[in-house]
Amino acid sequence: MESLNLSTALSQGRGFRDKISSLSGVNFTDCYQCGKCTAGCPVAFAMDYTPRQIMRLMQLGLKEEALKSHSIWLCASCETCYARCPKEIDLAKVMETIRIEAKEMGYRPEKTIDLFNDLFLASVEKYGRVHEMSLIVNFNLKSGQLFKDVGMGPQMLQKGKIHLLAEKIQDNGAVKRIFENVRNMGGDAE
Amino acid sequence: MKFAYYPGCSLNATGIEYNVSAKAVAKHLGIELWEIPEWNCCGASAAHNTDHLLALALPARNLAIAEAKKLDVAVPCAACFNRLKSAQQAVKHSVATKEKVNKAIEMDYQGSNEVKALLDVMTSAISSDMVKEKVVRPLNGLKAASYYGCLLVRPPAVTQFDDPEDPQSMDQLMKNIGTDAVDWSFKVECCGAGHSTAKSDVGLPMIDSILADAKVNGAECIVTACPLCMLNLDMRQKEIEKINNKSYNLPIFYFTELMGLAFGYSAKDMGVTKHFVNPMPLLEGKDLLKHPATRRDEV
Repeated sequence: MESLNLSTALSQGRGFRDKISSLSGVNFTDCYQCGKCTAGCPVAFAMDYTPRQIMRLMQLGLKEEALKSHSIWLCASCETCYARCPKEIDLAKVMETIRIEAKEMGYRPEKTIDLFNDLFLASVEKYGRVHEMSLIVNFNLKSGQLFKDVGMGPQMLQKGKIHLLAEKIQDNGAVKRIFENVRNMGGDAE
Repeated sequence: MKFAYYPGCSLNATGIEYNVSAKAVAKHLGIELWEIPEWNCCGASAAHNTDHLLALALPARNLAIAEAKKLDVAVPCAACFNRLKSAQQAVKHSVATKEKVNKAIEMDYQGSNEVKALLDVMTSAISSDMVKEKVVRPLNGLKAASYYGCLLVRPPAVTQFDDPEDPQSMDQLMKNIGTDAVDWSFKVECCGAGHSTAKSDVGLPMIDSILADAKVNGAECIVTACPLCMLNLDMRQKEIEKINNKSYNLPIFYFTELMGLAFGYSAKDMGVTKHFVNPMPLLEGKDLLKHPATRRDEV
């Protein structure tokens, strides 16, 4: 990272920091950078910014760095950080809140993870439930990994663990309307 | 004792044996499970990583159907449990959230019913003595590592179940059906969930470290309460062995399967023959599928 002027960064990033703080319910000044989150994080080994560093980026209002980070996509939402944080900060919630913002602004550095989530929700919207077979086939086609996990297919079919045809729930369109209503209302839950 | 039952998508497909064994064991213990009619997907991680309101609304529709019947909800899948419980808590504790969720689902949900993990039901609503009474084939000498993973116990403010660092409920349950509970360090580590599919260079090492720790602590099998953990630990085990050029051969069980075996159900009826890592050599090698009086003397 090149050198930067922290006062300028903070004045430019304050709006973003306040927005993420409000949507996640986390006050970034609560964090005193002890690093317990990173110590326990099972995905820290693969992250560009460790969980503690993500908190530091937010404290400093370094918006671009946070939005473009891979970490917010790699977080597995296992909540180890939150369970261990001495200040009871829900850092997994911060990760997902920044990620939702990043996606809306078109930052998607982890394209396959993003694609998988989109296809998962598309399946839920269409059938009311996830149809694992078509989800995996679609994911392989669209992510260009045609033969990923193909070896598991025959055994899964033989053991009755996967179904060729999707099962659609008889909900009179209730789940489709949930998706529509949420789109119309905007995603903020509070 | 009656609960609304939310199986979730995996229990109709990759986790079918969890569904079958959970229903059989519940019935055996006198727990009536009323499956929520036309239940929908909880949205899983995909929803809460995409939209906060959607992540609450999808589970809330199921909870509202149960609430109208005045029933608490029992959830076998750890991941679904976490999403349903999060939604119930959010609706119960915030009027503003409740109004938004109800508008999204076009139903009236108050968050008044409890959401419980099936493991919680089987270890708190059902006493240790009640379980022990039903055991006809104790699984003596089976070294089982109870694996809780993330979402049964974290975040504790939501799950309100057991200890987030060193939970004991499943260990005690496994002791009650005769197994030797293995003490190990990875019982609440994360298996990486969907990363094994969407980002396998990150997901597979996470699974490997769990298998390795169980093995090094002397486990002969791992016990889980989550279909995604099962998928990762069981169905991906061969792939991980191949990549890392090592051999684990660790059968993975749902806790309900082992309860069923101890209660006298056949291995086939409990669905353990559907696993990718074949558990039959282990069960037969220890002669656990026979009544204790007819077991071989030396095993």
